[in-house]
Amino acid sequence: MTMENKPVPAAAKPKVAFFDFASCEGCQLQITNLGEGLLDILGAIDVVEFREAISEKWEGDYDVVLIEGSIGDHHAEERLKKIRARAKVLIAYGACACTGGVNGMKNSFELDEIRASVYGKDFKLFDSTATKAVHQVVKVDYSINGCPIYAPELVEVLKHALRGLPYTVPDNPVCSECKLNENVCMYERGVACLGPWTKAGCNSWCVNNGNICYGCRGEVKNPAKNANDVISKYNLKPELIKAKFDMYNKCKEGDK
Amino acid sequence: MATDNKNLNIKVEYVTRVEGHGNIVVNVKEGKIEKCEFHVVETPRLFEGMLRGRSIFEAQHITSRICGICSCGHSLASIQAAEDALGVEPTGQTVKLRKLLLDYEFLDSHLLHIYLLAAPDVLGVPSFIPLIGTHNAVVRRALRMKKAVNDVCDILVGRHIHPITAIVGGFTKLPSVKEIDAQIKILEDMAPDMVETLALAKILKFPDYHRETEYVALVSDDAEYPLLNGDIGSTDGKRFKKAHYKKATNEFIDPRSSAKFTKLSRDSFFVGALARFNLNSAKLHPAAKAVAEELGLKPVCHNPYLNTVAQIVEVVHCYYHALDILKDIRKNGLDYKQAVTVGANEKGAVPVRAGSGVGSVEVPRGILHHHYETDAAGMIKLADCIIPTNSNINNIEADFAKLLPEIIHLPKETITLRLEMMVRAYDPCISCSAHYLDVKYVD
Repeated sequence: MTMENKPVPAAAKPKVAFFDFASCEGCQLQITNLGEGLLDILGAIDVVEFREAISEKWEGDYDVVLIEGSIGDHHAEERLKKIRARAKVLIAYGACACTGGVNGMKNSFELDEIRASVYGKDFKLFDSTATKAVHQVVKVDYSINGCPIYAPELVEVLKHALRGLPYTVPDNPVCSECKLNENVCMYERGVACLGPWTKAGCNSWCVNNGNICYGCRGEVKNPAKNANDVISKYNLKPELIKAKFDMYNKCKEGDK
Repeated sequence: MATDNKNLNIKVEYVTRVEGHGNIVVNVKEGKIEKCEFHVVETPRLFEGMLRGRSIFEAQHITSRICGICSCGHSLASIQAAEDALGVEPTGQTVKLRKLLLDYEFLDSHLLHIYLLAAPDVLGVPSFIPLIGTHNAVVRRALRMKKAVNDVCDILVGRHIHPITAIVGGFTKLPSVKEIDAQIKILEDMAPDMVETLALAKILKFPDYHRETEYVALVSDDAEYPLLNGDIGSTDGKRFKKAHYKKATNEFIDPRSSAKFTKLSRDSFFVGALARFNLNSAKLHPAAKAVAEELGLKPVCHNPYLNTVAQIVEVVHCYYHALDILKDIRKNGLDYKQAVTVGANEKGAVPVRAGSGVGSVEVPRGILHHHYETDAAGMIKLADCIIPTNSNINNIEADFAKLLPEIIHLPKETITLRLEMMVRAYDPCISCSAHYLDVKYVD
């Protein structure tokens, strides 16, 4: 599989489909932001479904599907299972799909209470279930973490998926990239940041721009390793860090 | 070919080329239209509920995630509401940079809509993908322009989708002189593509259709085309301070949509580029005024299909307005001491208080309101977000009700396309609220 602009007959190209569930759809927009580079990708694959951009619909099987968004009602759960049944390879992309993302904050509340808080007494008119990440409903073959996704990583994962090669999300913390980028540590600036416990791969995007890390790429496998050092060194309140992490990672509690 | 559509049953699930999902349901029985509705059916994401218990300083970060395409707009409305609640007054420099950010947001969103979502209809193809073969230069130009706007946004706020540096109090990082120059260069290099865009605009043909309705947008007493600040005004002569946004929206829920509906003087109102144009065209940049005249767009225009044309006019306005701001910054410089530290509030740098605040900002699809109430610790107790796409749903239905009898003699495919085009003209961004479009005619 090449990403060069060689004309490949459409029939020979892998059939790729994009689907969105509960999300802001920002990750699919990140794809359109590749600019003319998008045409190189489109030259190598046959996009059979991409609701936001195209009207065509496809009835056959998919070589690769990309799923954006988290699952938050019964209909979505059924729809996702049907898509999985037709897909050889499934890629979850974006924080909502990979970790539940900000939608997971719904799970911090009693379900009917939060529904009523938005829709009033008629809340039952609108189906809503606890937020789940995609892997909590169906098997996921590849993940592209982040809110939003980092476009170069998407291209990388897509290349791996089309070649059938494994791709692993880096398990080192954001700090590793942040140090290479020579940012002043947010803790040294007196501000709590989730970089020490969050998976790298974004090139410390937010800290490079003067903000903190919000944990959108999910926790590293062994968050406790760094946690105690940082917490004691900077005299942090663990419950404050936990509350910050819940912004993107509340769904993790649903993992078995 | 005329058709006998006495009993009609068409179903189109998931209206495509809109941001998010919506359904159209139309029942025609014995020639009588029994039902003509636009449904928004998305998994409710309950942002307003989720914000409760979060810090007012996190609201921008969280609400930006309501919508990927209007994330800068949501950020600005959220920041405005939070600053109102906290009693923080932004500096002149901060306001200037926020206006620049809003110009970029309009350019990005309108270009996406004009080229990739609306143009395929008027060029008679199902998506921009066939255009890669037939109108390759147009597609390349669209992607190039979108990339350019994305690049200036990256420089200004870290990235366009979910901006990083724009927070309560100001910006966490201010662009260097070099970065201001880089933005000017990128925009100036876009000039030939802007010329080509106008040439394209001239050949786009839109259906002839008219219906009087109320147009709602920000209005102001100064000479600037109001996008970031102002009161809420309407073509029926209504005017409210943003604190009274509820009087201008009158939200109610309906079982057929997970989005909430709004109304003002009439059963429905219109928000978006056409509403802004109808209320404020006299304040447009001269170059944008000239383009409106060239394209034959005059206030008050009652053809919703021409919302796309109003967007083209706004593209020109925002392009020149952004360049004016950049050149002003280049001339007068930036005060880099004004960069703010995120999270400093945790150390008490920004005093928090119990309060209530409203942000009303024009975003590409229309006026957007955010409202928060906080407790003494600055934790959100109540949040309310009124999204422009929701505001338009009632008006889309009213247009369907008028349009359908006018086109009922046409072939089924044409009717479907015309209804879908109507929805797309409003440039709905249903991800903000909900998702699907379904055209269903039932016997």
